[in-house]
Amino acid sequence: MADLHRFANPTRFLKLAAIIQPWALAVFLLSGSIGLYMAFFTAPADYQQGESARIMYVHVPAAWMSMFCYTVMAVASAVSLIWKHPLADVSARASAPIGAAFTFLALATGSLWGKPMWGTWWVWDARLTSVLVLLFLYIGYMALQGAFDDRVRAAKASAILALVGFVNVPIIKFSVDWWNTLHQPASVIKMGGSSIHPSMLWPLLIMAIAFKAYYVWVLLVRMRAELVANKVRILRLKQVHGG
Amino acid sequence: MGEFFEMGGYAAFVWPAYGLSAGVLVLIAWLSIKDLKQTQSTFDKLSGEQEKSKNESIS
Repeated sequence: MADLHRFANPTRFLKLAAIIQPWALAVFLLSGSIGLYMAFFTAPADYQQGESARIMYVHVPAAWMSMFCYTVMAVASAVSLIWKHPLADVSARASAPIGAAFTFLALATGSLWGKPMWGTWWVWDARLTSVLVLLFLYIGYMALQGAFDDRVRAAKASAILALVGFVNVPIIKFSVDWWNTLHQPASVIKMGGSSIHPSMLWPLLIMAIAFKAYYVWVLLVRMRAELVANKVRILRLKQVHGG
Repeated sequence: MGEFFEMGGYAAFVWPAYGLSAGVLVLIAWLSIKDLKQTQSTFDKLSGEQEKSKNESIS
């Protein structure tokens, strides 16, 4: 595990973060601008759904990110539990609020799309319900992280929750195949190639890159804040114990 | 231009979807940066105090 622990050194991580962070922000701003332009000006309106289909360019990337952030959180939690890697818990903690925000956006933009297309803001079908469960898992994870004074116990308990909750991620992905749902099945990532026209696929993929770059950027900001907060905690302990 | 903003009659759904997304992304980024700055200044203050008390005890 020597290789992994090299990055556990926060100084090394902070150096790397300082290099990546401005690039992530630049990629986010650039691909976000291009993606938005394409979403509104080059992508055609859907022949059935009309202009409402443009909601797809924020809804689908947000939904992908909701699962991606949780996967990062679950992997980091496993690393934190098994190898006690100090940065693992920090990255899982930092991921949670961003993932929760993307999950909220997937649900809210989906609702705004569902109202004109399905005639309802919400249905209790498998896809929508499992994504709502994902939002609750994020909220539960954050609540559990905050519920302990002892950081080691908080990390352990919340890592177990993140891992148990991971079972929900494949359920979300395959919910549209396993059950009859109102939600449409996968059209971008599926066997036999994508069934979506390139004029709609490209803005979708570019918006997905923008969201991913946003995630990297905010994740690094939050991880840096967590590391400084750890140092503050150590200083406070020193003060209490008379340095 | 008016036609663009009407979104084929779906303006009430398309624009809130984009507005909300932009709002949430800006909010999370702003809160994260604010938190980093606040924690950093707390750390600077605390470590400054400890340096001072260390120097005082030496002299």
